[in-house]
Amino acid sequence: MKALFYPGCSMQKNARPYLDSLQAIREDINLELQEIQDWNCCGATEYMSVHRVAAHALVGRNLALAREQAGDTDLLTAGCSACYLNLAKTDNQMREDAGLKDTVNQALAAGGLEYQPGAMKVRHLLDLVCHDIGYEAVKARVVKPLHGLKVAAYYGCQVVRPDYDGRWDNHEHPTSMDKLLAALGAEPVDWALKTQCCGGHMTVIGPDVAFGLIRRLIHGAQEAGADLVVTLCPMCQLNLDAYQVEMNKHFHTDYRVPVLYFTQLMGLAFGKKAKELGIGKEFVDAAPALSRIQAEAPKVAEAKRKRRPKPGDALPMPGME
Amino acid sequence: MTDNSKPESQERIGVYVCHCGTNIAGVVDVESVARFAAEDLKDRGVVLARDYTFMCSVAGQELIEQDIHEQQLTRVVVAACSPHLHEKTFRGVCERSGVNPYLSEMASIREHVAWVHTDKAAATAKAKAIVSGTVERVLKNDPLEAIRVPIDAQTLVVGGGIAGIQAALEVAEAGYEVVLVEREASLGGHMAQFDKTFPTLDCAACILTPKMAAAGSHPKIHLFTWSEVEKVEGFVGNYTVTVKKKPRYVDEDVCTGCGICVEKCPVLVVDDKFEAGIGYRKAIYWPFAQAVPNLPVLDPDTCTYYVGGKGGCKACEKFCPTVPNSIKFDQKEERVTLRVGNIVLATGWDLFDARRIPQYGYGRLPNVFTNLELERMCNAAGPTGGKVVMRDGKSTPETVGIVHCVGSRDRTYNRHCSAICCMQSLKTAHLVKERTGAEVYNFYIDIRTPGKEYDEFYQRVLDDGIHFVRGKVAEITDIPFDPAEASRNGAGTLYVQVEDTLAGMQRRIPVDMVVLSAGLEPRRDSAEVGKTFGIACSSNGWFIEKHAKMDPIATMTEGVFIAGCAAGPKDIPASVSQGSAAAARVLNYIRQGELALEPVRASVLAEQCSGCRLCNGLCPFNAISFDAARKVTEINAALCQGCGTCVAACPAGAIQGTGFSNAQLFAQIEGLLRDFSRVPEVV
Repeated sequence: MKALFYPGCSMQKNARPYLDSLQAIREDINLELQEIQDWNCCGATEYMSVHRVAAHALVGRNLALAREQAGDTDLLTAGCSACYLNLAKTDNQMREDAGLKDTVNQALAAGGLEYQPGAMKVRHLLDLVCHDIGYEAVKARVVKPLHGLKVAAYYGCQVVRPDYDGRWDNHEHPTSMDKLLAALGAEPVDWALKTQCCGGHMTVIGPDVAFGLIRRLIHGAQEAGADLVVTLCPMCQLNLDAYQVEMNKHFHTDYRVPVLYFTQLMGLAFGKKAKELGIGKEFVDAAPALSRIQAEAPKVAEAKRKRRPKPGDALPMPGME
Repeated sequence: MTDNSKPESQERIGVYVCHCGTNIAGVVDVESVARFAAEDLKDRGVVLARDYTFMCSVAGQELIEQDIHEQQLTRVVVAACSPHLHEKTFRGVCERSGVNPYLSEMASIREHVAWVHTDKAAATAKAKAIVSGTVERVLKNDPLEAIRVPIDAQTLVVGGGIAGIQAALEVAEAGYEVVLVEREASLGGHMAQFDKTFPTLDCAACILTPKMAAAGSHPKIHLFTWSEVEKVEGFVGNYTVTVKKKPRYVDEDVCTGCGICVEKCPVLVVDDKFEAGIGYRKAIYWPFAQAVPNLPVLDPDTCTYYVGGKGGCKACEKFCPTVPNSIKFDQKEERVTLRVGNIVLATGWDLFDARRIPQYGYGRLPNVFTNLELERMCNAAGPTGGKVVMRDGKSTPETVGIVHCVGSRDRTYNRHCSAICCMQSLKTAHLVKERTGAEVYNFYIDIRTPGKEYDEFYQRVLDDGIHFVRGKVAEITDIPFDPAEASRNGAGTLYVQVEDTLAGMQRRIPVDMVVLSAGLEPRRDSAEVGKTFGIACSSNGWFIEKHAKMDPIATMTEGVFIAGCAAGPKDIPASVSQGSAAAARVLNYIRQGELALEPVRASVLAEQCSGCRLCNGLCPFNAISFDAARKVTEINAALCQGCGTCVAACPAGAIQGTGFSNAQLFAQIEGLLRDFSRVPEVV
């Protein structure tokens, strides 16, 4: 499968392990990524609120370049949540708002470019892996299953919402990454904070607020029994990993929950070397958690057949089905 | 091509253009349309044209009658609203005046013109074209006679909730036979699960069970519980229905309802149905204490005779005191065929599945309940004996949050308002406060209390000291925001995160227990049920009325009526009223003895039919059959509803639509497209 690729700034620097691990696994999942030549900044989360038209024109340029260079594919993917959302948002708003489409295209014309909304299908990398490549294809490449590793799949705020193209199963409690991690042999834990805020840029603007949010996520994952948090976003990874240290200082705590990208876990399961996947560059060392990976699948308690009523005081719980 | 230069016949046509107040006259120049008809359509037989404020008024109708007599009109065109509304009215005028009613036509210049255009000149021109087309069409109309069909006096009522019970009782009381089919093992429907009913707080069972008992013992009502209607054939007055009786594994004729089998059964199962999942039943069980009929039903999915092998315990059979034994392990499904004249569908609703909103935690957080669970909990006959407790079955909540509009008024789930949940939530708030003394919070978007004494009840609940927070709940979680919040509240506290839109702030309200007021949804299988009975569902699954305001009981299929929540959320008074109204409509038909049907029907010209059978499978009313001996297709005139599908499909053009023949339609098109530009128009 071929897709145009928008790396964005973070994958070049702080999220380098995300890019490295992606490069390491892409042949295994038969994913041909073609980087957009001469791409520019996506505008991050703020610019849309500062100057709407200029922000869309900025993203529009990337979309136009992608279309121009796409050849026989119409897929465009990004690994960073903010990059993905900006691309999807501009494509969608140009579709919905003919006036914006014309203004953006006027701006693009200055550079000899043009973009017709809908010409590229914008997909987050996780979406592409889970829904286009598919769990079965991933599972087929697993040589070292992640048995015994308990993982908290963390989606953050920007990928499954607002879901312009109806790609995700649920917008508050998605399960796509959970299924992917299960396909790798890991055991996803059920936790309620999957799409809660990581603090975003509040780490810079109002660290106290950000620390509160980070603590809640890290504490929540630990309470749920996770060995590590798995993310799909450079911002989330940065906040939960690098600022976990700061947060510990702030609250006088000693949380040590490592945070890895889903591509890194895919690489491990595909038998790649940790170093090749950028594992070891994280602030909270993932090695102790990863040492829990066993050769054999742990014995899972047999699925309960039916709700066996125990007529005591307690009222029966409703099932989840 | 029609030769428009000379009148086709000696027909004398009157054209009447209605103002409909300003509905039409506000957009269409009605005088100009009338003038056009009188002058430019003179060559087509129009002898007079008038415009009038309200053609449907008595004065408007008399105007036509007078003209028919004085001007010897032979055909009439009324340019006004849609024929859905007043075709009958103007056909009646013709009939009274000695003109065959089918020699009149309506031109819809309100729905098709005035209501959809703003440009007066263009709208007027379009209205003229439509009138011209209608004049051409009416010239091709044939005088028709209504088809008369007899009405079978037996009525089928589907659904044994309060609406269906009411309909069945009313028809039976009038002296006619009723077949009442209920899918569950007992009559009662959802109302039987409720504790108190708003706003008077009288006990639901106290007012429902007398009606259930009356329906169960009425000599004119033939009860089929644990049964479903499988097939419906025929047409108004003459339906043949097949009812599937599911095996109860209990002999209805022998069982006395003593209950020993239930008592001796060792298998305990969570009762997901009547007890809404918070109580238990046995593998052989009564749906509930006051069930009608008073017969247990055996659940083969949990009974040891059917699961687990070794022949099961058979305790029920061993202890059954009747001779012969009432337990029938080998009972099979049965099918009964019945003839009925009319059908009332009162199939009710399903509760929105609160698990679909995972951020509210139902199914994950033990102390999040649904409103239906609370109904059972408040009920003295329920699993907790009427005590409001938390999931541990012991603790009394000190703070309770009630979340309104769960799954209703929400673009992600259902756009509709479930109509009853505000009042039901207020009732729950009152009962919880009364029984536990807890602080009760209502989280609402709007409070809607438009029924009789409803707002008074709301005021009373406000006086109870119950808190109201206006805002849509974002999340219910057991995860404290920070250590400070965790230390302020005990473990297991639920936090309701909500934007208080009156205070203009985010709030996190800690509570012990949450009640989700899940909304009403159409029955999951409403589309299939609709298909069985030949009626349509709206896109979200509620049955569609013939007219939302003027005919909310009837459907587009003659002889099939709807009552209660099957057509949309309703409270108990409205459901009862609709049950009575449906019965009144049915009795009306029964008393008439026979019914005049629209003669607008399709018919096959046998000599042109090639017997290709292409049309056979297309008819939505199953009116088409194939005569194998003559190798031609035939249409049952009583079944045909005149939809025209077969007419369009017939490759040989062998099917004629009476009332919508090719000749009529082509003439109408010619009239619409006729070029009047030679005639300069002064507006």
